[in-house]
Amino acid sequence: MFGEGILQGLYETAKNFFGSYVEKDRLVTVQFPEERRDLPEATRQFPFLLYDGNDPEAGLRCVSCQICEKECPPQCIHIEKSKDKKPDFVGKPQFYPAVFNIDVSTCMSCQICVEVCPFDAIRMDNEFELSTSNRFAGLLYTKRELAKSNDYYRKIHPTEAAECDERRDKEAEAAKAKAAAAAVAAAKAAQAAEQQTPPAASTPAASASSAANGAAPKPAEQPAEKKPVTQ
Amino acid sequence: MRTTVPFLILAVLTLAGGVAAMTLRRLVHCALALTVSFAGLAALYLNLGAEFAGLAQLLVYVGAIAILIVFAILLTRGGDDKAEPSFSPAGPAGAVLALAVFAVLAWAVETSGLAHPAAIPAAPPEPMRALGFALMQRYVLPLEVIGLMLTAAMIGAVILALREKRPQTPESPRSAAP
Amino acid sequence: MTALPAPTADQIWVWIKAWLVIHTPAPFQALVSIVCIVAAIIVVFASLFALTVLLERKGLGRIQNRYGPNRVGPCGILQPIADAVKSLTKEDIVPRSADHVVHYLAPLVLVAASFLAYAVLPIGRNMTAVNLDAGVLFFFAIGAASELAVFMAGWSSRNKYSLLGAMRAIAQMVSYEVPLILSSIAVVMIAGTLSTSAIVHEQARTTHGIAHWYAFTPWGLAGFILFMIAATAVTNRSPFDLPEGESEIIAGYFIEYSGFKFALFFLAEYLEMFAVSGLGITLFLGGWSSPVSFLAWIPSWIWFFAKLLVLICCFIWVRGTLPRLRMDQLMNFAWKFMLPMTLFVILSAGIWRFLPVTVAGSAALGAVVRWLVCALVVLLPYGTLARTLESGRKIEKREYRFAD
Repeated sequence: MFGEGILQGLYETAKNFFGSYVEKDRLVTVQFPEERRDLPEATRQFPFLLYDGNDPEAGLRCVSCQICEKECPPQCIHIEKSKDKKPDFVGKPQFYPAVFNIDVSTCMSCQICVEVCPFDAIRMDNEFELSTSNRFAGLLYTKRELAKSNDYYRKIHPTEAAECDERRDKEAEAAKAKAAAAAVAAAKAAQAAEQQTPPAASTPAASASSAANGAAPKPAEQPAEKKPVTQ
Repeated sequence: MRTTVPFLILAVLTLAGGVAAMTLRRLVHCALALTVSFAGLAALYLNLGAEFAGLAQLLVYVGAIAILIVFAILLTRGGDDKAEPSFSPAGPAGAVLALAVFAVLAWAVETSGLAHPAAIPAAPPEPMRALGFALMQRYVLPLEVIGLMLTAAMIGAVILALREKRPQTPESPRSAAP
Repeated sequence: MTALPAPTADQIWVWIKAWLVIHTPAPFQALVSIVCIVAAIIVVFASLFALTVLLERKGLGRIQNRYGPNRVGPCGILQPIADAVKSLTKEDIVPRSADHVVHYLAPLVLVAASFLAYAVLPIGRNMTAVNLDAGVLFFFAIGAASELAVFMAGWSSRNKYSLLGAMRAIAQMVSYEVPLILSSIAVVMIAGTLSTSAIVHEQARTTHGIAHWYAFTPWGLAGFILFMIAATAVTNRSPFDLPEGESEIIAGYFIEYSGFKFALFFLAEYLEMFAVSGLGITLFLGGWSSPVSFLAWIPSWIWFFAKLLVLICCFIWVRGTLPRLRMDQLMNFAWKFMLPMTLFVILSAGIWRFLPVTVAGSAALGAVVRWLVCALVVLLPYGTLARTLESGRKIEKREYRFAD
């Protein structure tokens, strides 16, 4: 009534002012470039492509099925299918993306591409310092920039990656078992056939054994091309 | 020479402001030009050494009257209609009237003896103090009467403004509340 | 030219100016003298502007438990330079349908009027740019030009928000100029002069080592508080920053200004704040004089700027504390509280003037009686006014006539 509310307010702000010099707890601001908070595991920014092993070209999981391209609400993904095929982690010959571009200036980080991907090939990154000096080419990420190793994925999203790895290991295991069974069957068939005909049909066994090796691809020839994945 | 050059500049400014106020098309421009004219007049007073008159002119005309005009324009028209500078049939009559006023003023100045520098009485040593004493002693009654009249006018204006509003909200809950 | 004054610390700036003037050829002496004064005022108060912007941002930050700017230079002290570079290099955009001439002139008129007000402020002993006989009147007359500039800016931008902002600004300035002028009239009445230097000289007298500042009297203290409240409103500072009202009308009358012109508006706002605080210091806080005689060795201009900085800090403090008023609250406060209170302050000053200094032969008793009577004349209306204004107010649900 007599303005004591104003005085009370002034007292409060004065307390804040002087308190902020005395008590460090009052200043909750994180001084960003020098101090950083640990990102929560569920942080997501923009998608990246996963590859197994060391070679981003050979180990790329993407099979260019283009589901993500079709599902992407802002249509920021552009994929061109390859003409030839390369074996995937279980050894099945698959297409691979000749071109895989994501326009991160359009991407809205909805994670739908991740949800729909049947091959665990695309995941969300937590890298957020993406400023560039070129707003067109600098924000259009190509396959080379998008490809990141499975180790990196394990580092940024450990729980999710473990689950994914387990599933894929099982799949690979099953495929291996199947291939071995097939090989045995083929060997038996071949053995049976050997009696009648000269050994000509040993190809299924050979392809099965090479597929079993495909889960762990050969070492990369040119590691210089690999994008550094550390922050 | 020293006194005439500023005088000429200010006189030209004042007159230009006045002419612009009459000839410009946009109402707001006219108001602003009129303000320039007021300010030029105030500067003329200051140039003549009449501090109080000059500053009072500035305070009253630029600070109050110009703002009043501008506010009226703001509230009524939005200020964007361009009126053609029309020469109404009352123009010649106005010119005659202006000439008559000028003649009366010229006659008054000529006969008062102010036109002849020798006849001007010396300014008091402290003009502000002298003015204050004159207003508070010799002319205190006229001053009070003027004050009373202005107060009456203001109250009248408030009452007029109030009455206009009343029929609009005859049964608003606020006025019905005890 | 008269002889040089003594080059003491108190008169150092006066001495430098006189020295410069003496050492120029006679025909240019008047010009050099003018340029010296104008340049000094512009440089000093523009740098004070830079300092205040930094202080304000830092202070507001601390009040809100933040750091405030701390990136440019050590502890962010070079932030004003970065701000200046930014606003100078920004694109200057003029709306297509704006009135170009008026749009261009408005910031210039505003800044010119703000600088003109410094002409009559005594910022130190013998340091008044123009020692006008009617200095206080000059100050208020020049203030009128800034209202017009605000209108020019608001109208010429051709934007409804800027027009609304200008209307709010003018209504607020006109309303609060009344208590501003009335509270300074009390001082003019007691000092018996309109000249700012004479008013300061009047307050620089001391008895028993204590200066005769008007803020040390009951009516002066009340007048000073009322004056500063009105000054806050006239300079559109928070909590009276309705004309700018970022959350309602974005930036008010200077919404359509960018780059350097925007910076000019910003500058003019702060210059007005300094000027009106300077006038408050001159009228109530003894201008350049020291409050007690044993501190009189500190140069007069340091006293003035120290007082100015304290007032600026108070402005920042109040800004960090109080939320913005509503328009009807603003007007009610001006006409129902400020106006009657200033009238009572004038009454109290008149009683102070005519009460005898000694009662029953005792000066101490006389002083006590004078103090009590004058304080009562201010405090009683304050209590009654506060009580009646409070009792008339009902907290009811607000009806929105046009929004439904």
